[in-house]
Amino acid sequence: MSRPTVLEARSLTLHRAGTQVLDVPALDLRAGEVLALMGPNGAGKSTLMLALAGLLPLSGGNLRFKGTELAGRPEREAYRRRMTMVFQDPLLFDATVAQNIAAGLKLRGVPAALRESAVRAWAQRLGVGHLLARPARQLSGGEAQRTALARAFVLGPEILFLDEPFGALDAPTREALLDDLGRILAETGSTAVVSTHDQGEAARLGHRLAVMKDGRILQTGGLREVMNHPEDPFVAAFVGMETLLKGQVASSGEGLLTLRLGKGGDGHEVLAVGEARPGQTILVGIRPEHVALSLQTDKSSSARNAFPGTVTKVVPRGPFFKVELDCGFFLAAYVTAQSLAELGLEPGGAIVASFKATAAHLIRREGLDSEV
Amino acid sequence: MDLIWEGLRKALELLLTLDPEVLRITLLSLEVSGLATLISLVIGLGIAIPVALNEFPGKRLVIALLNTGMGLPPVVVGLFVTVLLWRSGPFGFLEILYTPTAMILAQAVIASPIIAGISLSALQHLPPGLRLQILALGASRPQMVWLLLKEARLPLLAAVMAGFGGVISEVGASIMVGGNIKGQTRVLTTATVMETSKGNFEVAFALSILLLVLAFTVNAVLTHLQQRNRPR
Repeated sequence: MSRPTVLEARSLTLHRAGTQVLDVPALDLRAGEVLALMGPNGAGKSTLMLALAGLLPLSGGNLRFKGTELAGRPEREAYRRRMTMVFQDPLLFDATVAQNIAAGLKLRGVPAALRESAVRAWAQRLGVGHLLARPARQLSGGEAQRTALARAFVLGPEILFLDEPFGALDAPTREALLDDLGRILAETGSTAVVSTHDQGEAARLGHRLAVMKDGRILQTGGLREVMNHPEDPFVAAFVGMETLLKGQVASSGEGLLTLRLGKGGDGHEVLAVGEARPGQTILVGIRPEHVALSLQTDKSSSARNAFPGTVTKVVPRGPFFKVELDCGFFLAAYVTAQSLAELGLEPGGAIVASFKATAAHLIRREGLDSEV
Repeated sequence: MDLIWEGLRKALELLLTLDPEVLRITLLSLEVSGLATLISLVIGLGIAIPVALNEFPGKRLVIALLNTGMGLPPVVVGLFVTVLLWRSGPFGFLEILYTPTAMILAQAVIASPIIAGISLSALQHLPPGLRLQILALGASRPQMVWLLLKEARLPLLAAVMAGFGGVISEVGASIMVGGNIKGQTRVLTTATVMETSKGNFEVAFALSILLLVLAFTVNAVLTHLQQRNRPR
């Protein structure tokens, strides 16, 4: 499945007031792929996106769109007509919904008759077909963002940049729009870059994930790969790997290793998948959704790691609950409301936590020895 | 009180009989101030657009100067334009002192900073991301500027009204560079000053009413333009 590269970015750098706010040595975007840019506020997601869209003067670096280097102004202006961008703020014009959706077509000199049918079709596809004559100022947040998306999609962009498009929406509105956007992106086979600080959004829209911090990309790769094999504790925490355990490799072989937990870990041993030399200090991460809770140790279970412990905290997390445990070391698990009731989980209660060796992911092997 | 009522009665008479002299004065006022406003709109936007869209050292100073210019005293403008256009002055060879052209020039100097200042603030008040959004929709630079102006059309028309209001009502510069010459450079304000000083209150009343009606009409037209096509 080797798709052609649509956009190649090389050595993008930007300095502002003496500090480097962007440093991206290389980033490629392939046809039909949705790249999710994740990172906390101020990580440089918007800056990178504007840079990729050719809308930001950079300190250095170059962009290549479908083989053409975007060196000068004519190339950049031509590029701007083949991509488009939707921002967190819908930034609609003080005009009707129809006039807003038609704006980009009008700039390209598309005749009114052709504009009208395209505008109508995309308005309907994004669920604002009944609002065409409505002034943009009277729209709700969700309707406004739908109009902004229709205004972008109607142009048939070869790259669509979505800068935190749901950042300002309330949860139910965001949920509905996420569904529609995900479906439309898939139907159109769009090439897109979407930035978000929400791992759920990234997981639902992205094929590939890039995690950013301080203007740099810490890790990029397939969605599952980054989510399950973060290379760095920051990435691990950001993609929702709630438990990070540090310890020394007691033994290893045949792709499995036994980790003896360090300080505060009470000498517990965790079985994980990976290769490391005995005596080495390593870090393993466990996603909360991979931790199962039961009242007794289940001997028949395939989970190789089972630890009795006590519940320290139960936190509602939308559709499920996060349960924090003390098993001699910290462990976090997600459970449904039903399991919560069945297991009678409450702070102070005893419980057995188990997870498979394949759920304990080796995160980083280097440079930890000195820190222990 | 009789003075006022008598004045108003005679004023109405002058208006209803369409006194040719009064008519000429009115039309000249409209022509001079209208042209001055148009010129000021071009100059004002010519200054406001680049200042609003670019970052450069000294930008704050330029904005402060523009804002000061919005309060330029007409008599100061009148003095400088007179000196510049004086027969022995640097632009004396143009021989336009005491002509409507000189009045248009002086009024444009008064209205340009007003229009530039209000337009600048109108453009600066647009959402900060709008410019990038317009470019991301594929606009060329001129298209981007046009869309920004369209988006700021309400305050921009307010700028035009403020500019026109400033010059249709000023008297100092017009009398200094125009000379209030009958049939040539006499406008509503200069004529009102003269008639009042002569004690011809009824004529002064008539001229004042006309001035108000003129200002109202022009602003009503501009307001209509401003609110037209505005989705409600």
